[in-house]
Amino acid sequence: MKLVLNKDKMQIIREQDVVPFRNRVKEYATKIGMGIVNQTKLITAASELVRNMLKYGGGGEALIEVISQGRDNGIRLTFTDKGPGITDIPLAMKDGYTTGKSLGVGLPGARRLVNEFDIKSTPGSGTTVCIIKWKNG
Amino acid sequence: MKTDISKLLQKNHKQILEDWMTNQLADASLREDLMSNEELGEQSQELLSALLKSINDKNLNDVQSEEFENVYEILSGISMSRARQGYTPRETGMFVLSLKQAIIGTLTKMLKNDPQALVDASFKMNNLLDSLSIMTFETFIKSREEVILRQTDEISEISTPVIRVWDGIVALPIIGTLDSSRTQVVMEALLQEIVESGSTIAILDISGVPAVDSLVAQHLIKTVAATRLMGAECIISGIRPEIAQTVVHLGIDLSNIVTKASLASALRHAFGILQLEVQKKQKDKTVR
Repeated sequence: MKLVLNKDKMQIIREQDVVPFRNRVKEYATKIGMGIVNQTKLITAASELVRNMLKYGGGGEALIEVISQGRDNGIRLTFTDKGPGITDIPLAMKDGYTTGKSLGVGLPGARRLVNEFDIKSTPGSGTTVCIIKWKNG
Repeated sequence: MKTDISKLLQKNHKQILEDWMTNQLADASLREDLMSNEELGEQSQELLSALLKSINDKNLNDVQSEEFENVYEILSGISMSRARQGYTPRETGMFVLSLKQAIIGTLTKMLKNDPQALVDASFKMNNLLDSLSIMTFETFIKSREEVILRQTDEISEISTPVIRVWDGIVALPIIGTLDSSRTQVVMEALLQEIVESGSTIAILDISGVPAVDSLVAQHLIKTVAATRLMGAECIISGIRPEIAQTVVHLGIDLSNIVTKASLASALRHAFGILQLEVQKKQKDKTVR
């Protein structure tokens, strides 16, 4: 049972929105007392996903939630775009695969950096990625 | 009888200006520190004359009319200079809005006996002055944005200092996030300095980069590759423990780049490559 303690929504439309968003995530992570290593991991994963959303999904919405489960607190981030979607998710999750000219580590790397990772995509109508990082995870 | 509003206003030019100045001077937010009352009076006089000159019975309904172009020009000049001088939007807005009060006030006095004409006239003047105030805000915000843009440029320029730390060694501390445009500036500055100083070693210090994601890493790899093409060796320093862990989890391969935890150890490595040695000065034994 995951309880939502705090909610915050941000529109991501331009590249300039990435840094303010990252700072906001950092703020929440600091508030629940997350360590510097986990904070950096969460922020980096968020940065990857938010850049993906901008590059491939044409921007979208990012939801920051402070959640609690039992005695553990954590941050849940949900990225929703209305882009073209991903047809082959297993392929997109493979290391080194990219349709752009990037390193191809964004999605698989982000999955390794967080505790829970969930991706849903409908070709033609958009993609939703949800990640959770526990304070002591 | 139909009243000619424009004639009426022109006749009361002086009264309106007086009222307007009184309104402005009475406002608590008046910034005497930024502009003297005489200067304010001149500005007000200039704008009001232009407005009353271009106003006529026909164009009152049409705020887009070409005859108002002169007014718009003066007004945008005023609001631009105010934005640069550091006026708040409220103070700038009050400038035009207090003119509205003065004009409507005069109309009310003049058309006391003709309520229908008064309603009609105030409606038209309202429309006209509203569009003038919207214009003021648009220009005000635009000039503010220009200020911000200029500052962004300045920041990206001053934030990429290339330092000659030793003969043949240049260092470049990167502070803030590395995006595509930043990388371009950094790369240009670094490569230029390598040519000018004839350096063979470049140290990129990323202590001031808050997070290294795959995009930043890709930009770093590109910069290193370009430096190598120039015949110089590139060392990345300032990798903090949390950054190291994140890069490993992310799966970015930086193994063929020389990386160091601190600028000091990068410098030591550079000395090693250049076969230099830094030693503590030894005391002369005969003295002791």
